[in-house]
Amino acid sequence: MRRIMVCVKRVVDYNVRIRVKPDGTGVVLDGVKMSVNPFDEIALEEALRIKERGEADEVVAVSIGPDDAQQQLRTALAMGADRAILVKTTDVVEPLAAAQVFLTLVQKEQPQLVILGKQAIDDDAAQTGQMLAALWDRPQATFASKVELAGAAALVTREVDAGLETIEVDLPAVVTTDLRLNEPRYVKLPDIMKAKKKPLDVVELASTGVSAGETLKSVLVEPPKPRSKGVMVKDVAGLVDALKKKGLL
Amino acid sequence: MSALLPSRRELDFQLFEVLDAGALAGAPRFADHDRATFDGVLDGAWRLAVERFAPHAALADVEEPQLRGHEVWLPAPTRDALRAAADAGYFAAPFDASLGGLQLPWSVAQAANAVFAAANVGFYGYALLTVGAANLLAAHGSPAQVERYVRPMVAGRWFGTMCLSEPQAGSSLADVRTAAVRAPDGTWRVTGSKMWISGGEHELADNIVHLVLARVSGGPPGVKGLSLFVVPKFRLRDDGTPDPQARNGVRCIGLNHKMGWRGTVNTVLAFGDQGDCVGELVGEEHAGLRIMFHMMNEARIGVGLCATALGCAGYVAALDYARHRPQGRPLGERDPASAPVPILRHADVRRMLLAQKAWVEGALSLVLYCARLVDERRIALDAGDAAAAREHEGLLELLTPVAKSWPSEYCLEANKLAIQVHGGYGYTRDYPVERLYRDNRLNAIHEGTLGIHGLDVLGRKVRQDGGAAFAALGRRIASTVQAAAAEPELAPLARQLGGTFDRLAATTRRLVAAVRDVGPERALANATPYLDALGQVVVAWRWLEQARVALAARPATPGEAAFHAGKRAAARYFFRYELPRVGPTLELLDSLDDTALAMPDDGW
Ligand SMILES: Cc1cc2nc3c(=O)[nH]c(=O)nc-3n(C[C@H](O)[C@H](O)[C@H](O)COP(=O)(O)OP(=O)(O)OC[C@H]3O[C@@H](n4cnc5c(N)ncnc54)[C@H](O)[C@@H]3O)c2cc1C
Repeated sequence: MRRIMVCVKRVVDYNVRIRVKPDGTGVVLDGVKMSVNPFDEIALEEALRIKERGEADEVVAVSIGPDDAQQQLRTALAMGADRAILVKTTDVVEPLAAAQVFLTLVQKEQPQLVILGKQAIDDDAAQTGQMLAALWDRPQATFASKVELAGAAALVTREVDAGLETIEVDLPAVVTTDLRLNEPRYVKLPDIMKAKKKPLDVVELASTGVSAGETLKSVLVEPPKPRSKGVMVKDVAGLVDALKKKGLL
Repeated sequence: MSALLPSRRELDFQLFEVLDAGALAGAPRFADHDRATFDGVLDGAWRLAVERFAPHAALADVEEPQLRGHEVWLPAPTRDALRAAADAGYFAAPFDASLGGLQLPWSVAQAANAVFAAANVGFYGYALLTVGAANLLAAHGSPAQVERYVRPMVAGRWFGTMCLSEPQAGSSLADVRTAAVRAPDGTWRVTGSKMWISGGEHELADNIVHLVLARVSGGPPGVKGLSLFVVPKFRLRDDGTPDPQARNGVRCIGLNHKMGWRGTVNTVLAFGDQGDCVGELVGEEHAGLRIMFHMMNEARIGVGLCATALGCAGYVAALDYARHRPQGRPLGERDPASAPVPILRHADVRRMLLAQKAWVEGALSLVLYCARLVDERRIALDAGDAAAAREHEGLLELLTPVAKSWPSEYCLEANKLAIQVHGGYGYTRDYPVERLYRDNRLNAIHEGTLGIHGLDVLGRKVRQDGGAAFAALGRRIASTVQAAAAEPELAPLARQLGGTFDRLAATTRRLVAAVRDVGPERALANATPYLDALGQVVVAWRWLEQARVALAARPATPGEAAFHAGKRAAARYFFRYELPRVGPTLELLDSLDDTALAMPDDGW
């Protein structure tokens, strides 16, 4: 079975204006709308397109998080994933622990491809995919803007500082998605109902043998400084002057 | 700028905590669903609203529809957004599975609609009209009409309109002149012109299905002589598909240039002035207005929902602004070098925000309650419980003018305060609140003006069936009052509501008797203030219910506790600042005041 595993994280919806807790210990999560991490939605879309092209047989969506993360996995099932697995924990899961958990799932599921978002919009760590590839000892193609499967390999176009580069990786491999890879489909209401019949397994974190928890200590969370008022410059010379004054030129 | 949507926590509270929507899945009609489906419906609406609706709300305001020949130009994102919503199944949501629908509860569908309307009411307008027209035809069309017209509308491929108003016939549909004559083949030829028709011409859909009120010769004068016709923009081929070469004789001959809500094109239509306009009769001859009421009642609650959604959007914007705008110092802080505080710190700004919260969340509670009555009525009908179905229907009829008008008045007031919270910035087009205000200003006008709804409620609804619906409302309010009275925190509010309702009931009896004793003109002269008082009492009831649920909640986190505390505070606000205003209104009504009526004609 040619299988694709997609990692899906429950995060604060990107449309929510984040508020920092007054005591600086984090951001307000209570009662805030949660969604699938947008980059993971792109990952899932890519997996579904690969399957729809007949280049994979099954798409499995996996998540690590609280019981409520089932809601995001249900979204993934409604978008078209065939089944889902939630590794349940209320602990903080840092990228390394997440990669370790995903590794246990990879060993069990034997996917040909694992697709993850390049980062999650809550902590913006951008590490899990790379760590998973290293632990699994398989190739990685990060920040993908195009993915083509070619037999036992994948051709992946990556967004890099200099522009685009295309690399070939042997399968199985890890791909992380960039924003321009695709435009994820909208969930269709009938598919929400169909998704209820799809399997969603819930396993406890302990059963994976991985222990989560904070290894990094967060000292203080502060909102960004409000943007200071802009100034209008008259012409290019004025712009150059202003940039020089700021030490930017 | 993030999309201005009602908070998800708020929708969940109203739907699942106050109305216990999850329990609907226990009814056979909704047995395919559960809480997870309902969550999915809202999640999906959210994403569509954020990505396809909200980003174009300002654009749709600036780039007004244009008439090019007889075609209407609209900004391109209009079509994309509606296409995406239709493809995802949001038009089909409430319809029966046998019609291609998803058979979702109306209350859940309406919660999703509130999200779309808050994001971009102009785009949402087309969906509102289409679902309303399809619902009417599903209930009153012949099986062939259902097959031909309803299915493509449920799928969102064809859009609908309601064509009632004419230049000389707005509030008074008795003066409608559009005429219909039967052709030998059994179809009808419609001639005349209609004014104010929303969504009357566009290229957003493969066809437009106009529902047209017209007069058939030989019928009685007035509204009893009106019949309803379905008039497609493109005539249909034998296989039911629209023939783009066969335009029916209905043309857009002008656009109305509106203050707001510009995303929905508003047209002047000419029927049968050039080429035959072929229509089909819906239901019986001369039963048109009764049938049209099916759509009007739904659309009226839809208008209340839009007013509410616009109020919510303004509240969200104002709250965000107040949290971030530093200005002034707390009273008593004398040091001019001290840092200015966010305006949220000032008592008057808090008052303005609390007023908005109390109005918009009270309105949301009211419109979703009405949607729930639609669900309860269906469930009762399925269960063969005619008495319960009749009670729900009666209540719905009584509450429809309230659910239409109260949000139209008070959520507009909320938008006014949203501008006020923004100070000068709120008066500019750099911020969305002035647009929300302009959009919302329509709601007290279309689907029957405020004044007409006052007459409807006092002249008809409270008396209907010997006052059965008003009595049923009284029983429901009494049961909330009784439950709340057991809670020390809520007992004073319960007493206040119980007392105010009793006074309202007495005034109602007095006014109903006055119609007989002094005649309708005097007795109904203050029908609009009566509607206002009734609305205040009904919304106070919805707030007491919310406070009761909030007090009973066992919050797991400090944030949850704060949410519920906020609910209780807003309920208190409503009972301190709003409900007491009912007393003087009732006094005025009791006195059968005729100051306005008696104003000398040459005294202006
Ligand atoms: C943007 C917009 C969209 C609309 N969309 C549609 C649509 O899609 N389809 C459709 O058919 N119509 C539509 N309408 C028409 C709308 O329903 C009418 O404008 C409304 O019913 C009022 O009619 P009128 O404008 O002729 O005002 P009038 O009836 O002339 O009313 C003027 C004023 O007099 C008052 N008044 C009138 N009669 C009485 C009375 N008997 N007692 C007390 N007061 C009275 C009214 O309350 C109002 O304040 C739309 C209107 C607008 C502005």
